[in-house]
Amino acid sequence: MKDQDLYNYILGIADNSLILGQRLGELCGHGPNLETDIALTNIALDLFGQTRSYYQYAAKIAGDGRTEDDIAMLRNERDYKNVLLVEQPNTHFGHVIARQFLFDVYHLQLMNALQHSEDEMLVAIARKGVKEVSYHKRFSGDWLKRLGDGTDESKQKIQEAIDHFWPYTDELFDMSDSDKKMAEQGIGVDLTALKDEYYKQISEVLEEATLTIPDNPYSKRGGKQGIHTEHMGYILTELQYMQRTYPNMTW
Amino acid sequence: MSEKEVKNLEAIFEARIARDEKIEPKDWMPEKYRQTHIRQISQHAHSEIVGMLPEGNWITRAPSLRRKAALLAKVQDEAGHGLYLYSATETLGISREELFDQLHSGKAKYSSIFNYPTITWADIGAIGWLVDGAAIINQVALCTTSFGPYARAMVRICKEESFHQRQGYEIMLTLCNGTPEQKAMAQDALNRWWWPSLMMFGPRDADSPHTEQSMKWKLKRKTNDELRQQFVDQTVPQADILGITVPDPDLKFNAETGHYDFGEIDWDEFWQVVKGHGPCNKERMEARVGAWERGSWVREAAMAYAEKQAKKKVAKAS
Amino acid sequence: MKKDWPLWEVFVRSKNGLEHRHFGSLHAADAEMALENARDVYTRRNEGVSIWVVESKYITASNPADNGEFFEPAQDKIYRHPTFYDLPDEVKHM
Ligand SMILES: [Fe+2]
Ligand SMILES: [Fe+2]
Ligand SMILES: [Fe+2]
Repeated sequence: MKDQDLYNYILGIADNSLILGQRLGELCGHGPNLETDIALTNIALDLFGQTRSYYQYAAKIAGDGRTEDDIAMLRNERDYKNVLLVEQPNTHFGHVIARQFLFDVYHLQLMNALQHSEDEMLVAIARKGVKEVSYHKRFSGDWLKRLGDGTDESKQKIQEAIDHFWPYTDELFDMSDSDKKMAEQGIGVDLTALKDEYYKQISEVLEEATLTIPDNPYSKRGGKQGIHTEHMGYILTELQYMQRTYPNMTW
Repeated sequence: MSEKEVKNLEAIFEARIARDEKIEPKDWMPEKYRQTHIRQISQHAHSEIVGMLPEGNWITRAPSLRRKAALLAKVQDEAGHGLYLYSATETLGISREELFDQLHSGKAKYSSIFNYPTITWADIGAIGWLVDGAAIINQVALCTTSFGPYARAMVRICKEESFHQRQGYEIMLTLCNGTPEQKAMAQDALNRWWWPSLMMFGPRDADSPHTEQSMKWKLKRKTNDELRQQFVDQTVPQADILGITVPDPDLKFNAETGHYDFGEIDWDEFWQVVKGHGPCNKERMEARVGAWERGSWVREAAMAYAEKQAKKKVAKAS
Repeated sequence: MKKDWPLWEVFVRSKNGLEHRHFGSLHAADAEMALENARDVYTRRNEGVSIWVVESKYITASNPADNGEFFEPAQDKIYRHPTFYDLPDEVKHM
């Protein structure tokens, strides 16, 4: 493939939206009430919309006849490049919100920066994405505050969730080889430059939510290199079920 | 109020409905009208949200990203429908929480169709085509019902429903134009969903004691059997286009009446599922109750936070 | 004591130039959440450009029992309507 690095770069972004969307999709119909259910589904729909743009673009770059769905659903686990954070389960609503917020802050930074890419297609996707993700961040941030400064029980639960996910945040800023090459060419984003601002923003909201900022003990990483947690296989089992069971069919 | 005065009010009330005037929440209404509406609208609302479960079951497994997004949007719409209908019920002086209690305790009913399992992807097509199709027939009739909030909710819902059935039919069409294996999947789904879909219109008119009153209040514009016939008449030609067979050996077009004659519904199955013995009654209730209970600390936290914020505001102002 | 989320009324302006119209109700713990919920519930199909929310308990409604004294006196004030006045057809732009 001529543009292997661009292809890899796009999948690196797309897979995060795909796997997080998949997690949120599990929740539809099971939220704490109807309004929240509808809101979380809107976020999932935004994420899946983004993934379609990315994979369609990736399919064009690959130029080997594979479709968006082939790329989204027919890779082996080691070839998925999403960060570990987004594949973590919906243990309880606090986990859903904490995972979302920790991702949204990064995601918005990424979308903002990607608007200045040398690649027109990525600029177009990012311009749409900025608006969607701004709302996601607003939603998850507001809920973080509600749970943090709500009842004793909710405070304890959301703090536990933040502590649990904290070690996964550092990976967001890892640069794969393709990431580096794309950043050098002005197509991709230099993630390392986003890090300080990320933790600054997160800390501000955690403080407002009367929560404690965890001191980072040791980071968990690997997703970007295709080394996932044990959850990933099950996510893919569902995601790929139809495509694997009935190969080469149109749906 | 004396009995005579009530009778007088009732006469005025019935005359208003007969003139096609809408009844609004604060208007005087007979207690029976209020109770019947609380029961029917909330039953409808419960059906919408329980109906999310069998389809939600396939969101993570949808075969393509396009189908996944459409299904997610559809299931989300059903949550919206539930919400509109609960709101309409609330105008009659009962809270959503009380209505949930009725659902969770088994006191309230919901459409039995959602007690059947979705076991293949074709079931998602069949539900959109048949179940939403049957629902639309019921709902279009209700857009002109006498109770204003219910009628308005129905208008909004009918607008949103239009994509649901098309979404389902398109899934079926794709399967039927696909491989033999896919077509067999579609046929199998039709086999399993056809009869339960016919049951969605309720018992035969002869066994439906409330019909007369409901017609008077325009809660029903057509009888169960009339609506069922309409459904059969419009759906059979659609099955023909798909090239799959409706599982009813007695089904045939009657040139004299201009309608399809069809076989007898298994009424024993119908009543058994209504009574809670369907394949998934228990699972559906566990899912609803579970979601509500797991969400309790979240709802409480939001209220506690809101109160704290309100107090802060007051403190700032003074 | 367990408290349920209160009920809110939602008003949406479909596009600039039109008034806000009552769209429906929803539940929310506070005003901010009510706005967000309204956005998610009532504008999924691009139905709006502006949203108002107000907690339902703050709405004062007229009582249908008073409809006679409230609204009927306006029925015979036909001189408020332009068709009450007879003008020859030659008069234009009026
Ligand atoms: Fe429905
Ligand atoms: Fe619906
Ligand atoms: Fe529907």
